[in-house]
Amino acid sequence: MLAIENYLILSAILFSIGTIGVLTRRNAIVIFMCIEMMLNAVNLTFIAFSRHLGNIDGQVFVFFVMTVAAAEAAVGLALMIAFFKNRESIDVEDINLMKL
Amino acid sequence: MESIFFLVVAAVAVISSILVVTCKNPINSALSLVMTFFCLATFYVMLDAPFMAATQVIVYAGAIMVLIIFVIMLLNVRAESGKRGSHAVFAGSVLGLFALFQTVWFLSKGSMTGATGTMDKAQIISVGHVELIGKALFTDFLLPFEITSVLLLAAIVGAVILAKKKI
Repeated sequence: MLAIENYLILSAILFSIGTIGVLTRRNAIVIFMCIEMMLNAVNLTFIAFSRHLGNIDGQVFVFFVMTVAAAEAAVGLALMIAFFKNRESIDVEDINLMKL
Repeated sequence: MESIFFLVVAAVAVISSILVVTCKNPINSALSLVMTFFCLATFYVMLDAPFMAATQVIVYAGAIMVLIIFVIMLLNVRAESGKRGSHAVFAGSVLGLFALFQTVWFLSKGSMTGATGTMDKAQIISVGHVELIGKALFTDFLLPFEITSVLLLAAIVGAVILAKKKI
């Protein structure tokens, strides 16, 4: 069995790539997918620690994270469709209704 | 042998996640993301969590990614014409790399506590992974499980209202 550090470093790399994607991309759907990737990196950490510590609780939390991701997908994509109907674009730089 | 397999799958996961960020066409990003999800499912199997691997493939790679690709197709999103200003790309990359550096640094400095639970590989094989998770879910985590159902109901109602009303 591999040491847990391998999984943790891989998870850190995936999380950082997701962060870079959220901060640098303009397309709202790509930003959304990068958020999903960050959630998955955290899930990998949960399961690695669950295996390492011999405790099932981490895997139950992965279950809850997946539920939140599913709810987020439903509402977030509905918001994007609603925004697209108004503005014909899902560029985050067009989302400026609240701007002074 | 196991470490070679780990390195190969980890390389595929990292490359496909970089493709998610760099591809101009959102469809290519989505397909790369499916690849990353499958690699993560492989890691879940390596970590003795077969049920979580199955859930990963069904829920993430199946349901959520189908929804995302459906929306990309529905909105007919074109490839991005230009990226953000170079300042934003530079600042974002520096912040992301700083987060990575910080995590790896704390990881190399810290040490594990000696805490151990009762679950081990023999128990997973004899009792079954699904049964272990089900028992935890319906005893220790019963309240969060019920709250999850409220969350999903709220999400459904919100999605229906967003889709129906003229906003």
